[in-house]
Amino acid sequence: MALPHRGYLGQNAPVSRVNRATAAQSLSVSLTVGAYGIAFGAASVAAGFTVLQSCLLSLLTFTGASQFAVVGVLGAGGSALSGIATATLLGVRNTLYGLRMAPVLNVRGIKTIFAAQLTIDESTGVALSQEHLGVREARQGFWLTGIGVYIFWNLFTLAGALGAQAMGNPAAWGLDAAVPAAFLGLLWPRLTNKSERLLAVAACALALAMTPYFVPGVPIIATALLAVIFGLRARIWR
Amino acid sequence: MEINLIEPFWLAVIGTSLFAFLLKILGHSIPKKWLSNPRALKINSLIPIALLSALVAVQSFTQDSRIVADQRLAGVGVAVLALILRAPFPVVVISAAATSAALFHIG
Repeated sequence: MALPHRGYLGQNAPVSRVNRATAAQSLSVSLTVGAYGIAFGAASVAAGFTVLQSCLLSLLTFTGASQFAVVGVLGAGGSALSGIATATLLGVRNTLYGLRMAPVLNVRGIKTIFAAQLTIDESTGVALSQEHLGVREARQGFWLTGIGVYIFWNLFTLAGALGAQAMGNPAAWGLDAAVPAAFLGLLWPRLTNKSERLLAVAACALALAMTPYFVPGVPIIATALLAVIFGLRARIWR
Repeated sequence: MEINLIEPFWLAVIGTSLFAFLLKILGHSIPKKWLSNPRALKINSLIPIALLSALVAVQSFTQDSRIVADQRLAGVGVAVLALILRAPFPVVVISAAATSAALFHIG
C-alpha cells in the first residue's frame, strides 16, 4: 500500500486531486491570454523577426510584455541593445513574483528551473486568487496556469506569425479589454481588506501618473514601493 | 561587405531571453530565511497586489505612454460590474471582450 496522503486541512483527499474551480480558472486565463499570442506573432513578423525567431521569443523569453517591447523597439528601428534593455526592465516584476511564489511552491533542483520559467503575471495571479482555498490549490493554480499559458501562448504565436493578417487587429475581437479584465478578475477576490483595496487604487493611480514620463515597465515596477510602504505601516490598518 | 558577429535580430532574441530567465530564477533563489521576518512576509504578499493593479491600469488606460479612454475602458468597466455582481470568471472576461469589440466596430 502506498503511504497515506495527508490531505489539505485534514481531509483525506489524495494530494494529486485537482481542484475543479482552480483548473477552470487556470484554463480560462490560459485561453484568454494565450490568444493574445496571435497579436504577438503578427507584431513580431511585422517588425522584421522571422517566424522561427518569433517562436523562440515565446518559447524562451515567455513573458508577454517583454516580448512586445523588444519587438516594438526593433520594429521602430531601435538597436538590439535598447530592445533588450526595455524588455529586461519589463521582466523585473517576474523577480518579485518569484520571491512571492518560491515559499508557496517549495520546489528544489530542476523543478526550480521550470517554476522560474513559468513565473509570470498570469501564473502568479491565479496562484494568489486560489490561496484562500489552500496552499495545494495555490500550487495547482500556478502550475496549471503556467503550463496552460505556455502551451497556448506558443501555439498562438506560431499561428500569428504564420498568418495574422487573417485575424487583423486584436482589438476587433475585444482581446485588448479581455486581458486587463482577466487580471482584474484574478485580483478582485484578493482585495479582502481596506488596506489592500487602498493599495490597489494607489498603485493604479501611481502607475497612470508616471506613464507619460517614464519608459514602459518603470511605472509598474515603481508600485512595488507602495507595497513596501503599506507593508511597513500594516499594523496601523489592522 | 559588413560582417557582424551576430545579426541584431538574433542578438535581441538571445539577449532578451537570457535576461528574462535570469530575472525569473533570481526571485526563486533568494534564501528563505531572508523572507521569514513577518514584516518582509507582509511586504512580499502585498507586492503582487500592487504590481497586478498597476498592470490592469496600464493595460486599460494607456496607449504608447499616453493616457487614453477608449473601448477598453468600457470593457473593463463592464468587467467591474460583473465582478460586483459576483459573476463567474469566464463571464467577467467574455463580457469585457464583447463590450470592447462592439464599441470597436461601432467607433
